[in-house]
Amino acid sequence: MADAPPGLRPRPISPQVQLNGGIWRWHLTMAASILHRVTGVGLYLGALVLMVWALCLASGQGAYAAFAAFAGSLIGKTGFFVLTLCIFYHLANGLRHLAWDAGYGFKPQTATQTASLAIGFAIVATLALWGLLAVTGAL
Amino acid sequence: MAGIRTPLARARGMGSSKHGVGHFIAQRVTAIALVLLVLWAVVSALALVRADYDGAAAWLRSPINATLAALLAIAAFWHMQLGMRTIIEDYLAKPAAKGLCLVLNVFVTWGGGAVTVISILKVAFSSSGMNV
Repeated sequence: MADAPPGLRPRPISPQVQLNGGIWRWHLTMAASILHRVTGVGLYLGALVLMVWALCLASGQGAYAAFAAFAGSLIGKTGFFVLTLCIFYHLANGLRHLAWDAGYGFKPQTATQTASLAIGFAIVATLALWGLLAVTGAL
Repeated sequence: MAGIRTPLARARGMGSSKHGVGHFIAQRVTAIALVLLVLWAVVSALALVRADYDGAAAWLRSPINATLAALLAIAAFWHMQLGMRTIIEDYLAKPAAKGLCLVLNVFVTWGGGAVTVISILKVAFSSSGMNV
């Protein structure tokens, strides 16, 4: 494909295969877009954690104690911390999507600003929530 | 394949099934519901972190909490199914793998949603003395 007959300029390549020197470069809105999917998959797993919580609560004291022990472990806390990030990011970026659906926020500058806003909100809200838990001695 | 048929002629008979927009609308409506329900869930989780079994069960026995928890589960598992379906359709090209994943997605979300809602209802309808 790339071997153009002599005298002809090389045929055009799709934007996504122009890795270097192409017309594409990494941009914040692209990161925000893929993060929405990544956090969505994270929340898919998070909903299954919600299911296990409800199932343990319905199954009795022993099962609930086992869930609480896992949730309080280092792995459990790390998982819930990542889950918190996913919740706040998907929430904020979901609002961006709803605004787009209503026809607002398409200007490149606006889209970039709201992308950084969503990422910033996720980090700040997560740290604030876990800070609150730490300060009140719930961790 | 293309032949001399016009694009319109080729599209006829395999076009809109008249409910393709249902996915789009359901995704948005569940999203709006989840904005409110998730904020409520986060605030509730702050209290539940400290609760033991009795505390958590008592919390879920409140009709308002049980209702909102069940609605959260329904909206979340519905929204999840739609979102994961889009991801599967985007990234899996082979019909067999795509079909299998789409069916699995339906099973996981319906199964997970059913377990969650029934567990919530079981606690909500239990008497406060129950320590099974």
